[in-house]
Amino acid sequence: MAKRKSGKFRDRVELLDCLWAYQSKHGYIKDNHVKQCSEDFGISEVEIEGVISFYHFFMRQPGGKFTIYLNNSIVSEFKGFERIKQAFERETGASFGSVDPGRQFGLFETACIGLSDYEPAALINFHPFINLTTLKVKEIVSQLKKGKRPADICDDIPNNIRLQPPKEGAIFFRDYKPGSIVPLLSQMKPEAVIEEVKRSMLRGMGGALFPTGLKWASCAAEGEKKKYIVCNADEGEPGTFKDRVLMTSMPALLLEGMIIAGYAVGSDEGVIYLRAEYFWMKKQLEKTIKQFYKMGLLGTDITGIKGFNFDLRIQMGAGAYVCGEETALLNSMEGKRGEPRTKQFFPTEKGFLDKPTVVNNVETFCAAARVVELGSDHFLSIGTASSPGTKLLSVSGDCHKPGIYEVAWGTKVSRVLKEAEAENPNFVQVSGPSGSCISAKEFKRSIEKDDLPCGGSFMIFNDKRDILTIMKNYTNFFKEESCGFCTPCRAGNFIIQRKLEKIGKGLAYPSDYDDIREWGEVMKMTSRCGLGKAATNSLNQALEKFPKYFDGLVDHHKEGLNKEFDLESAVQEYEKFKS
Amino acid sequence: MAKKNSKEIVISIDGKKINTQEGKNLVKAAEENGIFIPSLCYYEHIDPPLGTCRVCTCTIDGYDGPACTQKVRDGMKVEVQTKKLRDTRSAIVEMMFSEGNHFCPGCEKSGDCDLQHMGYEMGVSRSRFPHLFKDRLIDFNPKRMVIEHNRCVKCHRCVEEVLTDDGKRVFSFANRGNQTEVAIDYEQEARLTDDQALNAMSICPTGAILVKGAVMTPLPFGDRKFDMTSEQKGFYEPSGKDSKKAAKKGKKKTIATISLAGCFGCHMSLLDIDLGLLDIIEVVEFNKSPLNDIKEFTKQCDIGLVEGGCCNSENVEVLQEFRKKCDILVSFGECAIWGGLPAMRNTIPLEECLEEAYLNGMTSEPGEYIVPYNRELPKILDKVYPNNEIVKVDYFIPGCPPDANHIWKVVQNLLFNEDYSVLYSEFKYD
Ligand SMILES: Cc1cc2nc3c(=O)[nH]c(=O)nc-3n(C[C@H](O)[C@H](O)[C@H](O)COP(=O)(O)O)c2cc1C
Ligand code: SF4
Ligand code: SF4
Ligand code: SF4
Ligand code: FES
Repeated sequence: MAKRKSGKFRDRVELLDCLWAYQSKHGYIKDNHVKQCSEDFGISEVEIEGVISFYHFFMRQPGGKFTIYLNNSIVSEFKGFERIKQAFERETGASFGSVDPGRQFGLFETACIGLSDYEPAALINFHPFINLTTLKVKEIVSQLKKGKRPADICDDIPNNIRLQPPKEGAIFFRDYKPGSIVPLLSQMKPEAVIEEVKRSMLRGMGGALFPTGLKWASCAAEGEKKKYIVCNADEGEPGTFKDRVLMTSMPALLLEGMIIAGYAVGSDEGVIYLRAEYFWMKKQLEKTIKQFYKMGLLGTDITGIKGFNFDLRIQMGAGAYVCGEETALLNSMEGKRGEPRTKQFFPTEKGFLDKPTVVNNVETFCAAARVVELGSDHFLSIGTASSPGTKLLSVSGDCHKPGIYEVAWGTKVSRVLKEAEAENPNFVQVSGPSGSCISAKEFKRSIEKDDLPCGGSFMIFNDKRDILTIMKNYTNFFKEESCGFCTPCRAGNFIIQRKLEKIGKGLAYPSDYDDIREWGEVMKMTSRCGLGKAATNSLNQALEKFPKYFDGLVDHHKEGLNKEFDLESAVQEYEKFKS
Repeated sequence: MAKKNSKEIVISIDGKKINTQEGKNLVKAAEENGIFIPSLCYYEHIDPPLGTCRVCTCTIDGYDGPACTQKVRDGMKVEVQTKKLRDTRSAIVEMMFSEGNHFCPGCEKSGDCDLQHMGYEMGVSRSRFPHLFKDRLIDFNPKRMVIEHNRCVKCHRCVEEVLTDDGKRVFSFANRGNQTEVAIDYEQEARLTDDQALNAMSICPTGAILVKGAVMTPLPFGDRKFDMTSEQKGFYEPSGKDSKKAAKKGKKKTIATISLAGCFGCHMSLLDIDLGLLDIIEVVEFNKSPLNDIKEFTKQCDIGLVEGGCCNSENVEVLQEFRKKCDILVSFGECAIWGGLPAMRNTIPLEECLEEAYLNGMTSEPGEYIVPYNRELPKILDKVYPNNEIVKVDYFIPGCPPDANHIWKVVQNLLFNEDYSVLYSEFKYD
């Protein structure tokens, strides 16, 4: 790092904000902006470029007056992605991956944008447009051409809460008065808060299910004066949108959870790391933060507790799934490339700027606030003995009622399918592409720590959906979203993708499946972070659970002459020289 | 790094007890005790360790993970040499060969390259993964350096270590996913001192960073860093040991050989056993082969040795015939295994290659030449194919060319089930 002559350079932490500022003002980041950043931050241009090129929403070329990001997740793909893509191309005159000659419209694909209950969906200048049809696309584009601003014509996003447990069984979706929980802290010592959270057996809702009380306790035990509370609002796992709904329906509950965490571990600063796909909800969050300051719930001597100070700000991400991984997120907050760190330290030991840091998911903070409000006994009375409480599921795909379902831990998959009115479900993807793939035989399994742990994504596929198409979509996602830092994930996903293409062309042998299994195992064993480790989970499970289907895709009569070698097509290029 | 007066502790590696000091890097602690844990990105004084390559994957207290990011603690139990771990680590090395474009015989770093070295130590004779042949840049723009992106394994050493005097980074990673590459800052690079530039070249484990005019003086084979001795005691090339498919027992065995898209270098090497050849003739006879000029197969053979991959339609036909006529088919040499030097063209469209060669070349007058195309001529394939993408290949002998002893040891093993061990010094990619 550059040796800073006191105060001469800007703080690296501001780099992402600074890049966003250039991009919002000019539509893209120009060469002279890179130069300026390099001078202001005291780091070389190549390092700035390295950061810019890591995040896919940062552009080094004009992205058009209207930059359109169409979601290419599997749910979108099945709900008409291709049709909508063509409609956009037709109406704007641009082709995907580029800008039209008049520099009005830029069309790009992007991974899941957290609107799986309303697919196909797109972001235009980061404003959401949902339930797209060809006609709607035509209308949108013509409005934009007439001079309307995306902000004026974008869709309101309803919260879509489909299932709430009966009154006392609910934890999230029940009566709530913003700002009513933090004042309860005046009756509790920080240690008591941690005890209560421990007793509630609350576990991280981001997917890893790490005991929250334990995390807080270990951060509280660190001797450092400065500590941070970070909310992981990167919600990148395809099919997940529960954090979106929490943040739009009860942003105050999230803030209270973070303030409580700050009180418990002795931290006076919190940061919400919000994914760029959720730019459209930033205003409301900021408004809530402002209100909290007014109400004395943020700032100094909060609710009259002497010396209890807490400040909160929002840090925008810039488009990278891997930044949901907590150590990548911390690097990103520090203005670096979002590469996961080595696991030498827990964030609670050395986190943001090497200070002890608690990183929790949005839902976790909300639940923690409820623990303080309702007491751990209430938690323990719901769910199962090993997984008490409730869980928010983001249900999407082939069902009549996509949306948010609050269910007690231990709820069976079949129950959710029934409530969601799924038609002929053939397979459910629990916890997103990195999670588990569940066949119809297993619909009796339940969502809980010891059976089917779940981060929130619940994608339903009916019996008409082609499994290989789904797997190709996942693999492509991981290939694009790998941070590229370690060999097995960077090269492995690319290699697996080629293999799936080969299978798709009908050129595979049964042994190709053995390869996938073995190679997946290598990636799992050696990858540096959860992304690479989990990238082949679903594929391997699908191979195991749908043997008939996969068997039908391969050639069984191998004679030692590889069928995949097609001499005719191999000489086609040369045939052009025939005179 | 371990402090001088740190606590003496005992750890176990593959069951062997080792005395060392608390907090020391595991790779280092093992090395000091004569135990080899493969590593590539690990660079002693970079802390925290990079942990990018994953070549050092071991099982540590029950968990699989890189050894290089571990500090030893009392009672730590490490497994290094299980079958699964060995295979996993070679898979990582193979992945690096498949991901980049490594043409060792033409590489300035060959013989001194850490990637190659890892391949040798692990007995990697070919990559199980298809080579990706992504078109990559060779960047001549920097003032002093040449960046050979085909060879970069993204270890991150240069990013961490190469700084200007005022602490500015010269390298950074750019992009992400499979597009990740190392980028260089021309402005900062120009500010490096000569020594700093040379240092950059030397810390790069591969031949990706070269300093113009200061490319290593080519040492003769045998004198280079990784030529002669393994870091492991008793190095064996593993594939021959468990050869399942040995030729049928009988009297004189028949061998056929062929050179496809190769340079005959492998055949030259075949003859390099000199007088040993006389012994061979006692027990084998040659059928179709350029060595005796027999043009057609006259019978089914025990072994077919194939040099070179397939670059045209004739190669494909001959290879398919070999598959049919030989019980065991062996690819010998890099070209046969994955394309080798001829596959340098694989990153470029065929059309461009041919036009460059025949129409736009320095010696060709515009309009005067055509790209040859004639019914009599074999047709050129869109890329150079490794043989195992066209037919099933049973064994692979690496090298460009393979060492003569290596070839014959494999052949003898296959024909007569003789135990053999290939020496470290006989196992090469160049
Ligand atoms: C590739 C990857 C992506 C992740 N994405 C998210 C995410 O979007 N949101 C999230 O809360 N946790 C995500 N996580 C999990 C976090 O690393 C971390 O466990 C979590 O933020 C901790 O909070 P919790 O204990 O409250 O769940 C991800 C993990 C990995 C490996
Ligand atoms: S597993 Fe993938 S995402 Fe994680 S560090 Fe490695 S390359 Fe990056
Ligand atoms: S010597 Fe090393 S860097 Fe050079 S081509 Fe071979 S493996 Fe690659
Ligand atoms: S250029 Fe060399 S040192 Fe730099 S990342 Fe690539 S292989 Fe490593
Ligand atoms: S040497 Fe350990 S990860 Fe590279």
